[in-house]
Amino acid sequence: MATSSVSKGCFVFKPNLKKRKTSVPIEEYFNKGKNESEDSKLRFETYQLIWQQMKSETEQLQEELNKNLFDSLIKFLQKSHSGFQKNSRDWGCQIKLREIPTAALILGVNVTDHDLTFRSLTEALQNNVTPYVVSLQSRDCPDMKHFLQKLCSQLMDCHVDVESKEQEKDIQKKIHCSMDFLSSWYMNVTQKMDPGRPGKKRTSSSQWQSPPVVLILKDMESFTTKVLQDFIIVSSQHLHEFPLILIFGIATSPIIIHRLLPHAVSSLLCIEIFQSLSCKEHLTTVFDKLLLTTQFPFKLSEKVLQILISIFLYYDFSIQNFIKGLQLSLLEHFYSQPLSVLCCNLPEAKGRINFLSDNQCENIRRLPSFRRYVEKQATEKQVALLTNERFLKEETQSLLENLQVYHTNYFLILRCLHQFTSSLPKYPLGRQIRELYCTCLEKNIWDSEEYASALQLLRMLAKDELMTILQKCFNVLKSSSEKQLGSSAKRIEELLAQFQSLDEAKEEEDASGSQSKGLQKTDLYHLQKSLLEMKELRRTGKKQTKFELLREKVVNFIDGLVREHLLPPETQPLHEVVYFTAAHTLHEHLNAAPRIALHTALNNPYYYLKNEALKSEEGCIPNVAPDICIAYKLHLECSRLINLVDWSEAFATVVTAGEKTDASSVTSEERNEIIHARFIRAVSELELLGFVKPTKRKTDHVARLTWGGC
Amino acid sequence: MPHFENVVLCRESQVSTLRSLFGERHHFSFPSIFIYGHTASGKTYVTQTLLKTLELPHVFVNCVECFTLRLLLEQILNKLNHLSSSEDGCFTQITCDTFNDFVRLFKQVTKAKNLKDQTIYIVLDKAEYLRDMEVNVLPGFLRLQELCDRNVTVIFLSEIIWEKFRPNTGCFEPFVLYFPDYSIGNLQKILSHDHPPEYSADFYAAYINILLGVFYTVCRDLKELSHLAVLNFPKYCEPVVKGEASERDTRKLWRNIEPHLKKAMQTVYLREISSSQWEKLQKDDADPGQLEGLSTYTHVELPYYSKFILIAAYLASYNPARTDKRFFLKHHGKIKKTSFLKKHEKITSLVTLQLLTLVGHDDQLDGPKYKCTVSLDFIRAIARTVNFDIIKYLYDFL
Repeated sequence: MATSSVSKGCFVFKPNLKKRKTSVPIEEYFNKGKNESEDSKLRFETYQLIWQQMKSETEQLQEELNKNLFDSLIKFLQKSHSGFQKNSRDWGCQIKLREIPTAALILGVNVTDHDLTFRSLTEALQNNVTPYVVSLQSRDCPDMKHFLQKLCSQLMDCHVDVESKEQEKDIQKKIHCSMDFLSSWYMNVTQKMDPGRPGKKRTSSSQWQSPPVVLILKDMESFTTKVLQDFIIVSSQHLHEFPLILIFGIATSPIIIHRLLPHAVSSLLCIEIFQSLSCKEHLTTVFDKLLLTTQFPFKLSEKVLQILISIFLYYDFSIQNFIKGLQLSLLEHFYSQPLSVLCCNLPEAKGRINFLSDNQCENIRRLPSFRRYVEKQATEKQVALLTNERFLKEETQSLLENLQVYHTNYFLILRCLHQFTSSLPKYPLGRQIRELYCTCLEKNIWDSEEYASALQLLRMLAKDELMTILQKCFNVLKSSSEKQLGSSAKRIEELLAQFQSLDEAKEEEDASGSQSKGLQKTDLYHLQKSLLEMKELRRTGKKQTKFELLREKVVNFIDGLVREHLLPPETQPLHEVVYFTAAHTLHEHLNAAPRIALHTALNNPYYYLKNEALKSEEGCIPNVAPDICIAYKLHLECSRLINLVDWSEAFATVVTAGEKTDASSVTSEERNEIIHARFIRAVSELELLGFVKPTKRKTDHVARLTWGGC
Repeated sequence: MPHFENVVLCRESQVSTLRSLFGERHHFSFPSIFIYGHTASGKTYVTQTLLKTLELPHVFVNCVECFTLRLLLEQILNKLNHLSSSEDGCFTQITCDTFNDFVRLFKQVTKAKNLKDQTIYIVLDKAEYLRDMEVNVLPGFLRLQELCDRNVTVIFLSEIIWEKFRPNTGCFEPFVLYFPDYSIGNLQKILSHDHPPEYSADFYAAYINILLGVFYTVCRDLKELSHLAVLNFPKYCEPVVKGEASERDTRKLWRNIEPHLKKAMQTVYLREISSSQWEKLQKDDADPGQLEGLSTYTHVELPYYSKFILIAAYLASYNPARTDKRFFLKHHGKIKKTSFLKKHEKITSLVTLQLLTLVGHDDQLDGPKYKCTVSLDFIRAIARTVNFDIIKYLYDFL
């Protein structure tokens, strides 16, 4: 680039704005650089559509779940603040300690989710209670000064008043923020607001002439004791002019309050506890709304689901991460599976089938599930499916339709089965529906031992239990309009009616039975004998009561339903279209193993660099490999302590192994120096990565920090 | 001044000492006075009422609020400025960064006519915070009279004895005045002094007597006691309001209130439940047992691997390193497999939850050391959920 300057110097060229805009549109990334015919753009759009739907669904869910908590919190704030105002001349209030109203919000250990909760909480408070809502994090507040400064600056931003904003900015710069300053600011603001605008927009907040100031401490546990103590003491002294309300965000348990604050300080607080929904319950709801439904065509395979669940349960309890994992699977599915273009609602998919390219048709034919399906067909049909595009498309349409029906039935029956198994002792099939779902996805559930034992237990259920379960199942099934399951619902209704009639019949029987028994009552010997007989009878099972017969019927009925509808998805033709199965990819992305990746990079640089020259056999070191790789491989052969001189010599040997007769250009001494420098750099890079560290035990040695050789 | 005795109770000797120290308005007083005594022993109250009723020019500053020296000094100067030019309303904010500036500005401010010929009092409440400020502050305040050549007395109020203040470089010794704790008789007298207007003084005094009987063994803090007195008084009056007992029926009243107070001692006094919740319970006549206190929420749900890391950390924190072999070699496999394989990143999250704490320096990056801070009960509860018998692996239980 040229300049008009005559002098020599450094010139800054800002990049041309227009140039930056020509970046690749996102959907282009879906195009793996080759086939236009694989509908990459359409796939991307479908992905975006489905993700948007899922996202809004989860957000709505979140809102509903938080509603209860927020409502009670808001009620508490309003109540305690109104207490503030009426204090006045009451005898008790003058003597009583003025306590700062404090809400201890127990949120659970999934810290990553808290931000979202606090954001919506802030919003809710600003809409309902007060415009002055401030949230602080412990890392911003190492001492009182920063604490108050942050508090001030956020408060002043809360108060949106155009004309005074400029002034305040100035003031803020000059004055140290102290509590005095804050309370005088507060007086100013509330007085200004009072006459100026009665009943303008924020109706609920302006109904008080002095709205409270709500301070949210997001991570109570991490605040230092001193800052918290001092702040509470100071603000309690200013409470009458600066109506503060505290909200503590607590991840563990509220005992932490007592641990952080001595009695003298905690006695200045009026603490009430609010508990948010447990994250496991939250997961269950998310599962219910996103995965156990036909609303979204996209499905996860058993392995993928297991990974997501185990990350949640074993690592972080974070709903956010779970949903992100879901998003990643969705993206990966649409990216890697060309046929995912058909993963949308049924009418849309049917339309799309008609426009499939030849290439895509070929993709369908290659699907394992489709091949299996073809093999089962008659010969002529086989030929037609494999050669005739139009016939294939028609067939695909009907198969997709079947898949849709399969899913509808699947989830209904799954829920019914869960009704049955969730109340069994010891939960042979799991307590949560997600466990049951995973088992069903994995294999034919009726082949498992757990299923057998569950049925065994079902055969022992008491009547009222059975009836309530049946009633629940009936409700589940009734919600569907599918014809076939409608008949099942009817069947359940019949069974229920039979139980009912059994009730009445039994009452009569009981009446007559007790009479006959009463006559038989004689001596102990006879009694024992008859009891034994009864036991015998029961064991042979020849003479079951009507109830037992009916119960057997119910169990067989549900067993039949399960065997009919809960087939694993692999049995369904075209399941690849909607099921995401690449568990391995997901695992790599979500549960990265940095140590292994590092080892691979250093041990086998070809894996990442893809340079043919680096291809080497196991165990040998190519001299063209990056220096750090050579040093790394050499150090693997050493024990706990590494002699630097030996190491350096070995390094030089490896490096110079290939090049022999270049001595003409550079003198050997110079070359040695260069190699030496390269070695030192490699070692310090290894030190940075944490493989070696200097040791005091032996000079000119370094200690290995990892173990295991090549 | 006879009315003084009605406002300040049970502190006659301290008041007379202070008054004799203050002397006449124009007299020079002792340069610095150090008043110490337990929480709620009337230090602040006595000083404040004394200065107010005698209408002496004074500045009252709470050192907790002044977390920097600048704030402290500016607050004193601005308040003084306020005093000297009482009417004219407009003040320029004085800025002052160092103690040196303070002395200079102090001289200027106290030149005003109405401050000239009398002792000015500067009261520094919670003076223990001065120790954390620059080293010259405390000695400076101690001899402020001498430094700025004005008639000024600095009064320090603290809960800590003077010996803990004395800088090792030496300083001017203040006059030390001790406020002893109130005796039970004193407490009785003070608490019964503020009786509600609807009831007679005797009735309230009887109530205070019962209250002290219950709480005196655990709490002598006047503030806390009066707070409790107000909280529970409605319950005491209940039979009288309902007409079930007369005001003189002390026995009946006692039987009504005593178990109630005992419950209060276990709950509201420990801040297990808040006073507003207590008041609500009292109003609804509900059993406080229903309401769960702070300490009942002990359960913490942790992810599976975090539990194992925590257990491992607990074992490492409480078992001597030499016993590792003994615990883990014998039963190999069992816990080695599960607990020691996972993730450094989880440790940091446990630290933020305060379940582990960093010991040693923050900047020791290559080998940070942590200590597990949870209680035995807590770790046992955690271990139970993963079917790990932790007691077996603890050295202290062998």
